[in-house]
Amino acid sequence: MSKPKVGVFGLTGCGGCQLEILNLEDQLIDFISAVDIVNFTEAISEQSDTYEVALIEGSVSTTHDIERLEHIGKIAKIIIAVGACSGTGGLNCLKNLYGTEKAKELVYGDKKGWIEAIDTKPISEYVKVDYYARGCPPTRSEIVDIVSALIMGKVPEIPSYPVCVECKRLGNTCLYEFGIKCMGPVARAGCNARCPSVKSSCVACRGSIDDPNVNAQKDLLSQYGLTVEDIMEGFNLYNACVKIVQKSK
Amino acid sequence: MATNLNIEVTPLPRVEGHGDLVLDVKNKKIEKLQMRIPESPRFFEAMLVGRNYMEPSHITSRICGICSVAHTFTSTQATENAFGVKLNKQIIKLRKLVNHGEYIQSNSLHVFFLAAPDFLGIGSVLPLLETNPAVVNIAVKVKKIGNEIVRIICGRAVHPLTTVVGGFTKLPTEEGLLKLREMLVSLYPDVETSVSVLKTLKIPDFERETEYICLRNNEDYALYDGDIVSSDGWTIKPIDYLSRIKEKVVKHSTGKHCTASRDSYMVGALSRVNNNYSQLSDNAKTYAQELGLKIPCYNTYMISIAQFVEIVHCVDDSIRLIDEILAFGLDEDKFMVPVKVKAGRGVGAVEAPRGLLIHDYTYDEAGKVTKANLIIPTNMNYANIELDLAQLVPAIMEKTEDEIRLACEMLIRAYDPCISCSTHMLNVEFVNK
Repeated sequence: MSKPKVGVFGLTGCGGCQLEILNLEDQLIDFISAVDIVNFTEAISEQSDTYEVALIEGSVSTTHDIERLEHIGKIAKIIIAVGACSGTGGLNCLKNLYGTEKAKELVYGDKKGWIEAIDTKPISEYVKVDYYARGCPPTRSEIVDIVSALIMGKVPEIPSYPVCVECKRLGNTCLYEFGIKCMGPVARAGCNARCPSVKSSCVACRGSIDDPNVNAQKDLLSQYGLTVEDIMEGFNLYNACVKIVQKSK
Repeated sequence: MATNLNIEVTPLPRVEGHGDLVLDVKNKKIEKLQMRIPESPRFFEAMLVGRNYMEPSHITSRICGICSVAHTFTSTQATENAFGVKLNKQIIKLRKLVNHGEYIQSNSLHVFFLAAPDFLGIGSVLPLLETNPAVVNIAVKVKKIGNEIVRIICGRAVHPLTTVVGGFTKLPTEEGLLKLREMLVSLYPDVETSVSVLKTLKIPDFERETEYICLRNNEDYALYDGDIVSSDGWTIKPIDYLSRIKEKVVKHSTGKHCTASRDSYMVGALSRVNNNYSQLSDNAKTYAQELGLKIPCYNTYMISIAQFVEIVHCVDDSIRLIDEILAFGLDEDKFMVPVKVKAGRGVGAVEAPRGLLIHDYTYDEAGKVTKANLIIPTNMNYANIELDLAQLVPAIMEKTEDEIRLACEMLIRAYDPCISCSTHMLNVEFVNK
């Protein structure tokens, strides 16, 4: 694909993934020269209904989001879900846990009837997603790598192993040794273990690996006197919309 | 020329837009003027309920990618105040430095990438790549260095990693701080060039005096902490914010509106510069004069200039902070203070780049959130934006529809409203009647 027309779109989210594209800094000018950006909410006024590739951040949280997403789905040949909200529903799903109707009442009180909101879902519930740049936010290079691979006609490589692999490779001391709970054993890698590397717990913002070894995680936890329930609270921070597939014993 | 105008929002599903303008003018009289905010509500106040005290800063960081640092620190402050945690000086200095980094990033994004194209009559920064690549390179460099401060101290630029209740999970190295110092010093020639470019921009004349609210403290130009002050002459502690600041739900906006002493007030760079001008760095004051920013300034369009002046202040003050931290010796053992959970309420108040930001949490004995209230700067500005527009529109009725629309768009964009709204702020259709 040579110089594809690219649209960057935001549904319900914080705008941080679009910002990470603007934050490409030194690579930004190369990036916007290699593709033809025809839509980019955060950066340009122009709008177009002709594009081959759609980069979509944010989750579906209103009926308006559904309409927009379905419209994009009809035009784009390739859809890339950028970020956790778009890929798994992300943190926005915490609202579903609390209860969407209850949440409206809590925040808007007796004016809740004025507010339109639905249960949050990842975009894959409405359109076919071709590639995922996971994470909250994804690493900048990941977004560039996926788009570059597409331009060069390659299939982008996306890791399917856990964060522990990257963390061990870096020679980090395991956070459990410091008494910090970490999702590394079941969380999908691709971030180069950026949180555990600064002694901050992995929160599985990229979701779980396809076939997580939950039993091994259980064993690890029991070594440190913890249960699966103890860490599920942390796991649901980003994955409240995701049902983890547990391997039977 | 128009005596009647009916600007209707066209909520096309394919049109990108989180904010719309509804403007109805008959016989030069405004019948209806609303800034409509259909941005999806996210219900952070509900998401926080039941969460462990270490999580709110992580969760609320996700309110906004551009000011994730401000949300993180407002959140940690609220929790630390609820538990009575006292931070050491090193932690506070490092937090201030990180906050400056976000200011440099966020203000430069608005000044160069979002607002400047308006003053130059272009749709985005992209055409400047052809006509004035040197300026684009400066803009990219300034923003990058702002991001580098956050990245080197917090692990990454968007949604910081090391910043937690009680301090940091890990401190930066001395080499890291020296590298930042070098980068910051390298910005001075770029600041000089930027000033010469900014001087050529034609800033529209538009004045409307309003109430200006921001933080203030005795130590520095308040960005990280302070009391809440108003140009209408009152000062309160953040914990008492409800005694002055009232929030209300309005039908046309998912963002609540706020008022204090009058029908509206302004937060953000112009409020800070108006209220705390004397505490800016000397360098920043010199450039303020050179760019025609005279205090008090009631011109909304000057917000971008105030933001640029703040970039200069933050560069100066970041260097000062790095020098102080290094002179004292970076103490690797003092990355965190002990945190003892207890039931209670705490309020955090930080100046986010877009203005005063307040988080208010109540915790139970187990350290879980039972109640949360968040007051966001863009919400505080909505009522003020509407009143600005109500004064602006009648004064420019002689212009063409396109000119009126652009003037309104520019005025709203001047506030640097949360970025996802800022480029496609208005989806409007003019119908002359």
